[in-house]
Amino acid sequence: MKPKNLISTILITSALLFGTASTASAVDLEFYFPVAVGGKAADTIQALTDEYVAANSGVNIDAVYAGSYKETVTKALTAARGGKPPQLSVILSVDMFTLIDEDVIIPFDDLMQSDEDKAWVEGFYPAFMENSQTGGKTYGIPFQRSTPVLYWNKEAFAEVGLDPNTPPTTWEETIEFGKKLVKKDADGNVTRWGVRIPSSGFPYWLFQGLSTQNDVILANSDGNQTNFDDPKVVEALEYLVDLSGKHGVMAPGIIEWGATPKAFFEGQTAMMWTSTGNLTNVRNNAPFDFGVGLLPANKRRGAPTGGGNFFIFREASDEQKQAAFDFVKWITAPKQSAKWTIATGYVAPRAETWETTEMQAYTADFPPALVARDQLEFAVAELSTYENQRVTAIFNDALAAAITGTKTPADALSEAQKKADVILKDYR
Amino acid sequence: MLHRREWVYGWLFLSPALLFLFAFTHYPALNTIISSFFSTPKGRRPAKFIGPENYQTLLQDEVFWKVLENNFWFAVGTIPISVALALAMALWVNSQLKGKTMARVAYFAPTVLPLIAVANIWLFFYTPGFGLIDQLRSGLFGLPAINLLGNPDTVLGAMIVVAIWKEAGFFMIFYLAALQSIPPVLKEAADIEGAGNFYYLRKVVIPLLMPTTLFVSVNAVINSFRLVDHIFVMTEGGPDNASSLLLFYIYETAFQYWQTGYAATLTVVMLLLLSVLAIGQFFLFDRKIHYR
Repeated sequence: MKPKNLISTILITSALLFGTASTASAVDLEFYFPVAVGGKAADTIQALTDEYVAANSGVNIDAVYAGSYKETVTKALTAARGGKPPQLSVILSVDMFTLIDEDVIIPFDDLMQSDEDKAWVEGFYPAFMENSQTGGKTYGIPFQRSTPVLYWNKEAFAEVGLDPNTPPTTWEETIEFGKKLVKKDADGNVTRWGVRIPSSGFPYWLFQGLSTQNDVILANSDGNQTNFDDPKVVEALEYLVDLSGKHGVMAPGIIEWGATPKAFFEGQTAMMWTSTGNLTNVRNNAPFDFGVGLLPANKRRGAPTGGGNFFIFREASDEQKQAAFDFVKWITAPKQSAKWTIATGYVAPRAETWETTEMQAYTADFPPALVARDQLEFAVAELSTYENQRVTAIFNDALAAAITGTKTPADALSEAQKKADVILKDYR
Repeated sequence: MLHRREWVYGWLFLSPALLFLFAFTHYPALNTIISSFFSTPKGRRPAKFIGPENYQTLLQDEVFWKVLENNFWFAVGTIPISVALALAMALWVNSQLKGKTMARVAYFAPTVLPLIAVANIWLFFYTPGFGLIDQLRSGLFGLPAINLLGNPDTVLGAMIVVAIWKEAGFFMIFYLAALQSIPPVLKEAADIEGAGNFYYLRKVVIPLLMPTTLFVSVNAVINSFRLVDHIFVMTEGGPDNASSLLLFYIYETAFQYWQTGYAATLTVVMLLLLSVLAIGQFFLFDRKIHYR
C-alpha cells in the first residue's frame, strides 16, 4: 500500500469509528464506581445503569468498576490530573475536602435550578448530608452509605444466662456482658471473646462510634480543625484499650476487619461491631440465631456514617454535567434506591425509599435492616478534613499505637493533634 | 566510508533500546530529582520552587526514619536467609534423590504465585484464633492464640517470613542451573585426591558459584526494597507503621496523601540508597568472584 493510500485509509476508518460513536448518542458519560463489599454490588450498579440508558436514548453511560474506595479516588484524581477525569464518580464521602482542594469537582448547586431540585436535596437524611455539604454548598449526593451496628450471637447469650433478645445498651453493660460471655478452655486459653471491635487499616471509623458516644466531635464541619486531644476523646480511647487490657473482654492487639465476620460465625466472639454492609453476609452465613442492634451508648447514643457519595467533575461539558445530574436524581429515586438497598444492605439515604412497597416487604421479612435507619438519628459525619488521607493516617497511627500499648492514649492523641495542626493550619 | 556506515548502523540498532531506557528510566529519574525541589501542585496553586525544604521535612519526619529502619531490618532478615536457603535447597535437589522433580516443583511453586495471592495465603496462616498457625498451636501444644500481625513487635518478622518463602525458590533455580554447569570431572578429581564432601563444597563449588551469588544477592537487595505488594494485603503498613517499608511509604505519600513533591524527595533517597548498594556490591564481590 502506498503511503498516501495508507493515510487516507486511516482517516476514513477513524472517521467511521468516531462518527458512528457520536451519532449513536448525544451525551457520553464515564462513571467510576467502587465496590467495598463483595457480591452483588457491581452487578446491581451495571444493571441500573443499563436500565437508565435503555430508557434515555440521548445518554450513553460507561460504568467503570474502579476497585476499592482508595483505588477509586486515586484513579479519579490521577485521571483528573491527566486532564481526562470521569464526569461522574462514587467516591468516599470523606474525600470531599480533598476533591475541593484539588479543584476537580463542582457543587450540585450549580446544576440545581428549580425549587423542586432544592427540595430534593432536603429529602436526604441529615446525618448523610453532614459529609456532603460544606460552606453552604452541596458537593456530594449520598448513595452507597452505611453505618456500623452491633451484631450479637443469641445462642451464646442464652448459654451464659443472658436474655438473648437484649443486647448491651451502655459501655458498662458491654463490659459486664462481655465478662460473662468470655469462655476459656482447660488450659486457660480464651476460646470465645465477649466483643470484637476491628481496628486494622482504618481504626478511626469504629473509634468514632466510641468518641461520639462520649459526646465529642473529632473534626469541625469546615474540615480544618481536629479535636484529637480532647479529654473526652482520650477517655473513649482508654475505654477501647481497657476492653482488651483491664477488662479482658476483647482480644489484644490490632483486630483484622476481614476476619471479623468469620470469627463471629466460628463462635470466637459473641458480639461484633461492623458495617451494615455485612448484613446480607451474616444473614446467609451465621449458623446460629443472631441479633442486630444500635451501638451501645455512654453519654449519648452515637455512630459514624460511612460510605460513598456521587460527585460531578468540573472537567465536563454543560450537557454532560446536566446528564450526570439527571442520572443521579434517577438512581437515588425510591424505586432504584430500594433495589440497591435490598441487593447490598447499604442504607437507603432518603426516607421515602423506606416507604416503598418493596422496602416494606423487605423489612417485614428481615427487621434488622431497620436498625441502621433507626441509628441515623444519632449518627454524625465521618471524620473528614482537608488533606483527609494524611490527617486520618496520623490519627490511625495514634490509635494503633495506643491499642498495641506502645504509647498511652493521652500521649498518642496529643502527638496526633500536634501533627494534624501542622497540616491543617494552612486551611484556616 | 564503510567504517562510517557501520557506526551509523550501530546507533540505529541501539536506538530503540536507548529510547526506552531514556523515556522510562533516565527521564523519570531526572524529573524526580527536579520535582523534589518543588512544592506539591494543588488545584489552582501550581508547584513552586522551595529549594531544600522537602529535604528538611524529610530529616524531621519520624515516619520516614521508622520505615528506613524497618527496611534495614527487612533487608537484613530476608537477604542472607533467602540466599542461604536457596543454596541449601539447590544442593539438596541437585543430589541423587528420589522424587527430586517433585521437590524442585515444590520449592519453585511459591515463585509462580503472584505476591498478592501469597499474602492472602499467609493472611490465613496468621489469622488469630482459627488461622493455621493458631490451630497447630492450640491443637498440638494447647497454647493461646497469638496475633502476629496485630503486634508491632512481631509484625515485621511475620512479613520477613513471607518474603523468604516467596523468594528462596526463585533464587534456587539460578543456583541449580549453576550447579549443573559445574563439570563432573572436578568432583571425580576431588574424590581421587581424597577431598571430603564438605571440603569440595567449600573450596570448589562455592567459589564456582560466586557469579551466581552476586547476581542473586543484587536481586535480593533490590527485592527487599521493591517487594511491597504483601503489605497492601496484610497490614497496610500497620500497626503504627511497624510494617511499613520505604516504597510503601512513597506510594502512600504520592497516591493517597497526594504529596507528590515530598514523594519525589523520598524517591530520590531510595534511588541513592539503591545505587550505593549496587555499586558497593559490585566492588565488594568483584575481587572474590571467579569468572571463567
